[in-house]
Amino acid sequence: MDQTTQTFGQGAFGQEATEARQAEARQAALRVLARAEADELATGLESIADRPEMETLRAPEFGLVMARGRIGGSGAPFNLGEVTVTRAALRLPTGEVGQGHVLGRDRRRAVLVATLDALWQSRPYRPAVERIVEKIRARLDAGEARKRTETAATKVNFFTMVRGEDT
Amino acid sequence: MKADALSGGFFDPVFGAQAVFRALLRALSRPGEIENLPGLVRPPTPLNPAAAAVIACLADADTPIFLDRPLAESEAVRDWIGFHIGAPIVSLAGRATFAVISDPEKMPPLADFWLGTEEYPDRSTTLVLQVTGFEGSRTLTLQGPGIAETSALAPDPLPARLIGQLEENRRIFPRGVDIVFASRHAIAGLPRSTRILNGAA
Amino acid sequence: MYVAVKGGEAAIANAHRLLAERRRGDPAVPALTVDQILQQLSLAVDRVMGEGSLYDRRLAALAIKQARGDLVEAIFLVRAYRTTLPRFGASLPVDTGKMAVERRISATFKDLPGGQVLGPTFDYTHRLLDPDLEGEAEPEPAATAEDPGEGAMARVTDLLGEAGLIEPDPESDGEPGDLTREPLSFPAPREVRLQALARGDEGFLLALGYSTQRGFARSHPFAAEIRMGEVEVEIEVPGMDFSVPLGRLKVTECQMVNQFRGSAAAPPQFTRGYGLVFGHAERKAMAMALCDRALRARELGEDETAPAQDGEFVISHCDNVQATGFVEHLKLPHYVDFQAELELIRRLRAEFEDREGGQEREAAE
Repeated sequence: MDQTTQTFGQGAFGQEATEARQAEARQAALRVLARAEADELATGLESIADRPEMETLRAPEFGLVMARGRIGGSGAPFNLGEVTVTRAALRLPTGEVGQGHVLGRDRRRAVLVATLDALWQSRPYRPAVERIVEKIRARLDAGEARKRTETAATKVNFFTMVRGEDT
Repeated sequence: MKADALSGGFFDPVFGAQAVFRALLRALSRPGEIENLPGLVRPPTPLNPAAAAVIACLADADTPIFLDRPLAESEAVRDWIGFHIGAPIVSLAGRATFAVISDPEKMPPLADFWLGTEEYPDRSTTLVLQVTGFEGSRTLTLQGPGIAETSALAPDPLPARLIGQLEENRRIFPRGVDIVFASRHAIAGLPRSTRILNGAA
Repeated sequence: MYVAVKGGEAAIANAHRLLAERRRGDPAVPALTVDQILQQLSLAVDRVMGEGSLYDRRLAALAIKQARGDLVEAIFLVRAYRTTLPRFGASLPVDTGKMAVERRISATFKDLPGGQVLGPTFDYTHRLLDPDLEGEAEPEPAATAEDPGEGAMARVTDLLGEAGLIEPDPESDGEPGDLTREPLSFPAPREVRLQALARGDEGFLLALGYSTQRGFARSHPFAAEIRMGEVEVEIEVPGMDFSVPLGRLKVTECQMVNQFRGSAAAPPQFTRGYGLVFGHAERKAMAMALCDRALRARELGEDETAPAQDGEFVISHCDNVQATGFVEHLKLPHYVDFQAELELIRRLRAEFEDREGGQEREAAE
């Protein structure tokens, strides 16, 4: 690890790097939480003791997000079609704002993700949330890996047949 | 983002928005009648609760909002709109689907807003004018669709030059803007189809 | 002219009750669950999501159940539902190059990095009905092979692109047009055509794609790549300093390449047609890519002679909800229109007969 990322709060650059890393880590946690089942989120949350009261900022609501693709895969964007999304937001007494955005229509899941996102941002709770994320990530990864092994079994192995007489 | 800009959205987004929509429907279909809109949202000042409820109900990410100077200069107001409504804020009145005016005395002329086209007259700005109440010194006598004989409306303040502009707005029908007056806890509608009988007086 | 007709309330209510009973079928047979549709009719679910233009598997499955399996009706239901929801915004464009691939084939290159992976396909099946499926026998578990690990599979078109033999993707970071917000006008830009094709009727686009192969548009396509799998979808949220992951979508992508001899402005190279649709919908993605390429005729300086090259014709008629609405509205009462037409025909007929009669009388005299 280099000097700038190690130092905390020393000068604007160190601060910026820390914030960028923090944003990346929070995004990584949300990437997993967004794909989790409501029950595993609820079970995980219950394992955290002394949870603070949450203030609802945005009651859970259903809505749409227009999913975009790119022409040819990497060109100009176009509108592919909409996806249903549920979102919620809440705040810890210490000010951290948690946001939950999940595909589909599931208020409970959106609130659970928002709750865990808020707790993740609070230093004392982050390790506990990371443990929950890790457990879910392991389950998702195992599922992905199983799918990959099944897909890999359908890979075509060509063998060339000699045609005509070249000798 | 300042934290207090994040609270005070609809407690229940669906039923809150439906209640406001119903009130708006009545206000715009019965020009002159005052519809109560009790505190469904708690916006930061100088945005008033009824005006905030109207845009929270109608606006979204697809509808640019114009704010007059006192509103635009409030970071809390801009953040509140960003978080709870998600609408982009524009500085050009002519690009706005909605406009919220906290100080009608200093508002841009109506002709500066989006007036729609003959093909799509619906594509015009809906203005929300914040007022202190509906017992002003100048009473408009209204006539038109949704009014049996005539009705009266006395928003306070009601700038004198706005009356002339409202007549021009009626003249370009079906183009033109629609107006919702919003006191802290009530709204009244003045759609483009309404004629003002005592305008020139 | 439309005239409101009153009456028939009881008949309508009873028709709907009857519909509900017929939908349920024989009560001795267990009712179909939404989960069963989700799991076992997943390609029907994918079609409803794609043409309903709304990615929500559960909703699509429910719509299929409610529509008794009539997919156009199910698509209609999904489209109606979507109008009740607010739009939070648009996603960042999904990156199909980073897809978790479940199927990936190329008809142009045998040996490509990552290989040809068949995935769950009907290809190479014998199309013999399987009586075993009448029973409830469980299939043998899927075969597995060594996990190749995570890692993006390069797109075939990117490999070709490196050599400059294929046209590059059109670049722009402008806001794409959205036909659900702005009425269509013609000629429509390519990104709007792609949106229309992505939600267009599979049968209609399939027939048009087929017509281009049979000579109704000069084209000689190759399926450079078809891939299916999951892509991440993310959205920018005001006040958050990173893009927020929402989850993953299953999509099918098709890259068609066509020979192009060049024009005054462009060198000889391969041109491209693109297809991208929700879910596992390979036929649709291929048909979309063929139509996309055909619709680029004017842009590429080709003669516009075939239906598939006519943007207004294709885009105005590919939406099956619009099409079914206009065709099926003919069932609704047109009593007054018809009465007027009847009067007109009677009058013309009377005039005709008068003339005929007159001639006969003249002939007789």
